[in-house]
Order: sequence, then structure tokens, then C-alpha cells
Amino acid sequence: MAAGRPLLVAVLDYGAANMVSIRQALVTAGARVVVAADAAALDGVDAIVVPGVGAAAPAMAHLRERGLIDPLRDWVRANRPCLGICLGYQLFFERSAEGDAQTLALLAGQTVGLEGTPTLPHIGWNTVELARPHPLFDGIADGSHFYFVHSFAPAPEDEGIVVARTTHGRPFVSAVAWGSLYGLQFHPEKSAEAGQRLLSNFLRLVAASAGRAETAGRAWAAASEVA
Amino acid sequence: MLARRVIPCLDVANGRVVKGTRFVDLADQGDPAELAERYAREGADEIVFLDIAAAPEGRGTMLEVVRRTASRAFVPLTVGGGVRSVDEMRDVLRAGADKVSFNTAAVAEPELLTACARRFGTQAVVCAIDARRLPRSAGGTLETPIAWEVVTHGGRTPAGLDACEWAQRAVALGAGELLVTSMDRDGTRSGFDTELLRAISSRVRVPVIASGGASGPEDFVIAVRDGGADAVLAASLFHRRIYSIDSVKKAMAAAGLPVRPVGEAAA
Repeated sequence: MAAGRPLLVAVLDYGAANMVSIRQALVTAGARVVVAADAAALDGVDAIVVPGVGAAAPAMAHLRERGLIDPLRDWVRANRPCLGICLGYQLFFERSAEGDAQTLALLAGQTVGLEGTPTLPHIGWNTVELARPHPLFDGIADGSHFYFVHSFAPAPEDEGIVVARTTHGRPFVSAVAWGSLYGLQFHPEKSAEAGQRLLSNFLRLVAASAGRAETAGRAWAAASEVA
Repeated sequence: MLARRVIPCLDVANGRVVKGTRFVDLADQGDPAELAERYAREGADEIVFLDIAAAPEGRGTMLEVVRRTASRAFVPLTVGGGVRSVDEMRDVLRAGADKVSFNTAAVAEPELLTACARRFGTQAVVCAIDARRLPRSAGGTLETPIAWEVVTHGGRTPAGLDACEWAQRAVALGAGELLVTSMDRDGTRSGFDTELLRAISSRVRVPVIASGGASGPEDFVIAVRDGGADAVLAASLFHRRIYSIDSVKKAMAAAGLPVRPVGEAAA
């Protein structure tokens, strides 16, 4: 155990469609992955990833049905590592204008529709401009492209959590961090090398939080080989 | 700034990549998952699989291709051909696809677009439109402007729909993206039908993917700059290694179009 077991990451399965890509991308970055459809599956994990595409209201209904809302809230309040992707990131905020849904309220702010955009949905590779340096983006050039597919985005109330912005029509917040809670509007699991690098960085942060930097080093090395 | 996407399309029949001219004369060009992975490495912004056999007994084979690809290539995947219900779409997405493209099935049952968009979001629903110029409007005059009709079943059957009207209706029904193929140009390497692209992209707000007729990097530039396309798609041009994705992107960048440079994150 001196070298540490690989980090165990739970990917929440709440009826979100494509689970293959996020699972495989995390495995490629060096993690073990459990797809968690209920709270019992969260036992012993080092981090939770909330993936997702689709609409906010049905997603919240699925989380509720599967008894995942309270465990997720408790997890984040304990400042344990959690990464929200796309819809998962939007659910961290208080409300979503998409179907006027009440969401998890872990972060202050609302998810609103993109406005003044040349095309909608916002589909494709767009540049992510850093508002401040953050370890999630270590080794990733400012202004690198990541893959987006969405029509809504959160408007955080606290400027202090903003890590990056992206512009489609108007600028919106494309990455946030608050303690060990991270949110990304884009899909790292669909963003080729840049996304793979970011997921490796996430695993390093998880390892640091779990006090197992050695394991993280191996995850990093594994990911570098891929890149 | 949102990059214009370059998308290799893999026509798949019975688990193999094939490419014909105007949907006939098929030739085997390899394993779809291997080819997709190679394209992802070479800078493809997305991969489209079209199941051109689209036979019910081939569904399992296609899902396996998607599963294998999604495990190795971390770029968006779109699957078209043969998906006729919400449940079939769910299976394809769960196998690792991000979007499903509907063509003949959407023409036959337009409500399918709405049902799938409600369940999975409009961003996951692509409407593929195969369009052919109506002979009477070949030149395009004030009295008879250029018009395109929708064809289905791989170009064999006229659907009795105007392509521009169908495009607008498909978006209203729930399509979050349109894949527009000129059947006059497909496989001919005579350039995209820019007028068709312009006619459709000017009428809808969703992204339009240009398909059919690419012969060289300049065609991709024209499709975006003059046709208003958000993405450009080609098959044999890439399969036969006539041009690389990199060379197409370099031509687009040189023309001032935003692209995601190949190997951007390698630094």
C-alpha cells in the first residue's frame, strides 16, 4: 500500500446518457472508476464526478429518486473533491432557467440561457480564457480549446470562484473552483489531449486532498503517455 | 472564439468503413474504431459514423463500434442511420455517442425529433438532410429561385419536401444541429453546394454541418465563409489520405477562420 492504491472515483449515474466517455477518460488518466447509481456505491471513494447532458429538472428528479442529493450535499460540505461537468456543474447552483428547476444550491447563483449567440445550442470547440491560474489547468495553455455542448450556463454570484470564461455571443463562466468543488461547462472527456490533461490535474488534486501525492504522480505519468 | 469544426465521416456497413460515390459502389476501407482513433489523434474535432446498412440485425454491431471508439478516442461522436425510437437513441448514447443523427426516420415521423429532444436535449439531436436540386430551378431566376428537394433512403426516394422548409421545421421540432448533404455533389469531389448551405444556414440558428462534394481545403473555407457552415464534413478525402485534417485546418486558419489547431495541448 506504500505506493497507494489507484484513486477511486465515483461517476454519478442519474440517467445521464453517455457514461462510457467520462469513465474511460478517468481510467486513462489513472483512476479506478465506479459508476454510482445510489448512495451505497459512494462508500470508500476518493472523489465524485457529476457528469451530464440534458435538462436540469429531470436530472434533479433522477438524483432525488436515487437518494443521491443529501449524500452529495454532505460530501461537498465536508470539502471532499467533487467535479461537475456541463449539466453537473449547472446543478451546483441554486436554480436553472431551463425548465425553471430548483437545483442543489451548493454555490450562489443561477443557471441562465446563453444570450446574443450567433448559434444556439453552443456546440463545438471554444477557447477557455483563464481568469486566474489554477492547478486544474496546469500544463494547459491559456486560451486552449475545449468541447462545449449546451444552451445554458451558470452565472455565479461570487466572482472569487471564477477560474475561466468563454465567449459565445457574450462571455460566460466556463470553469469555477471553490475549495475542493470544481465545475466545468465544457466536457474534458470529449476534449482530446487538453481534456485528458485537465482530468489528470483533477486526479492530482484529489490525491493531494487524500494525502497520496505518490499515486497522483503515477496518474500524471500515465496521462502524459497518452498525450 | 468558437472554432469551425472539421469532421471526418465514416460510412459503416456491417462493422466496416465503406465509401461509395453517390451512395453506391462501396469499397472496404477498414475498421471504424481504428480509423476514428487515428482521426482523433490527427486533430478531428468530431467523428460521425453513418450506418449505411442500417439493418435491424446490424444494430448490435454498430453499438459495439461506438463502444470501442468511445473507449479510445476522447472526441465527440455522432451516430446516424437506423435509429427509429427514443429507446434506440438511448442505447446509442449509452454506448458512448454524444449525438444521434436522424434522416429517413425523421421525415417519416417528425415527432421523433421532439420526443428525442425532450428526453436527451436538443444538443443531442441532429437532423440529417439529403438535398437535391430541382431540375426546373437549375439556374435560379426570380420566378423560379433555386430549390432543393429532400431525398431519403440514401438518396433513392424523393420525400416531397422543400429542403429549406424542412430544415426550419426540423429545428422547430427539436433538432439542435443540421447535417446538410448535397446529393448532387456527394462523392463527386466538385465542391460543396454553397448556395444550398447559405439557403439553410441563413434560415436557422442551430449549427449547420456541410457535407457532400469536398475536393480540397479551399472547399472547406468556402463552405464556412460563403455557405455559413459551422462545421465541414468529408469522408473519402480523408480516408484516401488525399488531404490531412491538419492541412484543411491550416487552410482555414490562413483564410482567417477560427480553428482548433492540431496538437494544441501537446505543449
